[in-house]
Amino acid sequence: MDFRFSDEQQQLRQEVRQFLEEELKQGLWQPSCDAWIMAYDPQFTKRVSAKGWIGLTWPKEHGGQGRGYIDRLIVTEEMLRYGAPAACHWFADRQIGGAILHYGTEEQKRELLPLILRGEAYVGLGMSEPEAGSDLASLKTKAVEDGDDYIIDGQKVWTSGGSYMNWIYLVARTDPDAVPKHKGISEFFFKADLPGTTVRPIVDITGGVHFNEVFFDGVRVPKTCLIGEKNRGFYQILNQLDYERSGMERLMANYPLFEALIQYSKESKRNGQPLAKEPAVRAKLAQLKIELEVGRLHMYRVALVMDEGRAPNWESSMAKAYGTAFEQRLASTAIEILGLYGQLAPKSKRVPIKGMAYHSYLSSKGYSLQAGTSEILKNILALRKLGLPSQ
Amino acid sequence: MNLTPSEEQEMLKTMAGDFLSDKLPKTAVKEMEESEAGYSPELWREMAELGWMGLALPEKYGGGGMSFLDLAVLLEEMGAACLPGPYFSTVILGGLPIIDIGSDEQKEQYLPRIASGETIFTLALTEASASYHAASVETKASADKDGYIITGTKLFVPDAHVADYMLVVARTDDKAKDEDRISLFIVDSKSQGISHTLLETIANDKLCEVTFDQVKVSKENILGQLNQGWGEVQKIIQRAAVAKCCEMVGCIQKVLDMTIDYAKERKQYDRPIGSFQVIQHYCADMLTDVDGARLATYQAAWMVSEGLPGTQEVAIAKAWTGEACQRVIALAHQIHGAIGCTIDHDLQYYTRRAKAAEVTFGDASFYQEIVAQEMGL
Repeated sequence: MDFRFSDEQQQLRQEVRQFLEEELKQGLWQPSCDAWIMAYDPQFTKRVSAKGWIGLTWPKEHGGQGRGYIDRLIVTEEMLRYGAPAACHWFADRQIGGAILHYGTEEQKRELLPLILRGEAYVGLGMSEPEAGSDLASLKTKAVEDGDDYIIDGQKVWTSGGSYMNWIYLVARTDPDAVPKHKGISEFFFKADLPGTTVRPIVDITGGVHFNEVFFDGVRVPKTCLIGEKNRGFYQILNQLDYERSGMERLMANYPLFEALIQYSKESKRNGQPLAKEPAVRAKLAQLKIELEVGRLHMYRVALVMDEGRAPNWESSMAKAYGTAFEQRLASTAIEILGLYGQLAPKSKRVPIKGMAYHSYLSSKGYSLQAGTSEILKNILALRKLGLPSQ
Repeated sequence: MNLTPSEEQEMLKTMAGDFLSDKLPKTAVKEMEESEAGYSPELWREMAELGWMGLALPEKYGGGGMSFLDLAVLLEEMGAACLPGPYFSTVILGGLPIIDIGSDEQKEQYLPRIASGETIFTLALTEASASYHAASVETKASADKDGYIITGTKLFVPDAHVADYMLVVARTDDKAKDEDRISLFIVDSKSQGISHTLLETIANDKLCEVTFDQVKVSKENILGQLNQGWGEVQKIIQRAAVAKCCEMVGCIQKVLDMTIDYAKERKQYDRPIGSFQVIQHYCADMLTDVDGARLATYQAAWMVSEGLPGTQEVAIAKAWTGEACQRVIALAHQIHGAIGCTIDHDLQYYTRRAKAAEVTFGDASFYQEIVAQEMGL
């Protein structure tokens, strides 16, 4: 057992921090909560790509750095700490590149991986449908073979990244008669602007737009867009979901709020003394810190499992359910500590800490739903880790 | 970074687990709890023969020369087995402080006897205010011609009724600030003027009220520097908090395992209750708490073991683990139903111990305040 980071890892963290500090100094962007999924900045992504921090874990022969998942976690942790606008490349770097490496043909690797590495693939994730949420296997969007192509018809919803995507990762039904139904599903990756594709934004509870409805009306994609084996897509997704759930964004999506809250508590006075001197406020902030640090250990454990070459199946489920619950408590506690000011919207007169508490309180409601609801994750823990009977 | 126990630690864990499950069925725990001594001298001897008392003591004093992290593994197994008796008092509260700040003569005199199981130690720290702050130390040690005279009452002293020696925390000058002028003494429990009364506790362990009435101690029995003892006391408290966490992790891991077994076996409505999603989610929550406690505890134990400053990590471990235990125990009872609330069921041993452990060596509020200070609040 050793809880130390290697010299190389500490150096990497330092490098990322310096890079982000410099960016901030130049005023290139403002830190924000949910920046990893909501703040899309193609130029920022280009600069991150130039540093070699996209595809960090990929093998060198595919243009990656051949580094471990702990290293990647260090990079993403710092991005989140600074609230950097990393949405353009986040999905591609986190799971699409890995899926292509894992299941893609040589040709797909040659064609698609460089695109991701250059930070030019802004990927939307086309999974959920109106009738297929947690029960993803009951999805209806279909892909029907037609000569050298597939023709796609159907509808996706809650498509993260839909508003800025130029590529879409789509899960569709390729065998309508499959029993059980999850054995008739395949994965596709193609351009998001093909004829027949319509994206309709959904305004979320914060008033912002990051997820969308996507309609496919006879969208024709070449067969080369199929990723992996036909009708084996569901197994591939399960594996990808382990990665999707594994990241620090499930703990630190609203971290900028935490830092701002601490600062605010030190500087603002109530009843003649700094807020941070009130015993109840101290206890709340300290408890958040304790929960955050336990969460970080969960996240690093997941990365260690991946570095050992195992899929972090139950570990990432645990980490995500834990982490998102923490993020929700942080947002809620922030409003409590800010008191009446906590209710003020980002653009309101007199709003403290840029309205991050208001925003985060509302946006964090979705954290425990996306990428597997906490209930689905607990099912995974109970059935796959603890071996409890399904009936 | 690496969270995998070493091969040696795995072996120690298996060996200790097997030994304790063989020698310490709950009937034996019950007998020890009900006995006056609170432990079994026979089992104590066997543990000494296995080298457990001296595990983390230097080899030159008859110890095994292993690390605190190794000791953590053993403590976890002891927690899982509900081992009663003065192991914790002797090793964590007696032996380790003597290694830290004992003189060569003191090490020579006491450590080999701790390692061999011959001598039982404890720490007399807390008093009527039941707090771990320096201000709560009111017991006085007044300078006399060739030594000191200790007067005062210590409370919640573990195993004082069987201890051969006590480390006594006393104020050597009452005109100074709370943290200054506190010293540690090694006191022979048979010294004239010492009396003890057993308190009855939720964990059925042996906590004592110990009264020091003009107890004479020679200068040679000062442990560490005169008047500079509080720093070491803080270190003892921190280390003991981590050690307590290790026991608690063993405790709740065992409780989780018992609960999963029960949920798989127990049938209602013609199916195992573990097939109901509510029960499954309770179990998932328990597992998450156990793993979080384990991660935080071993991080803190690793820091202690490496001699790194880990004030915040220790605070996080104890605050988190104490509360996690309560959540795990509550769900375990809910899943076990009425049978878990009976005196003949194993669960109650864990329930009682976990509550005591939560408040021993600092509870969540105590450590939240420390974290708050570390955050610069």
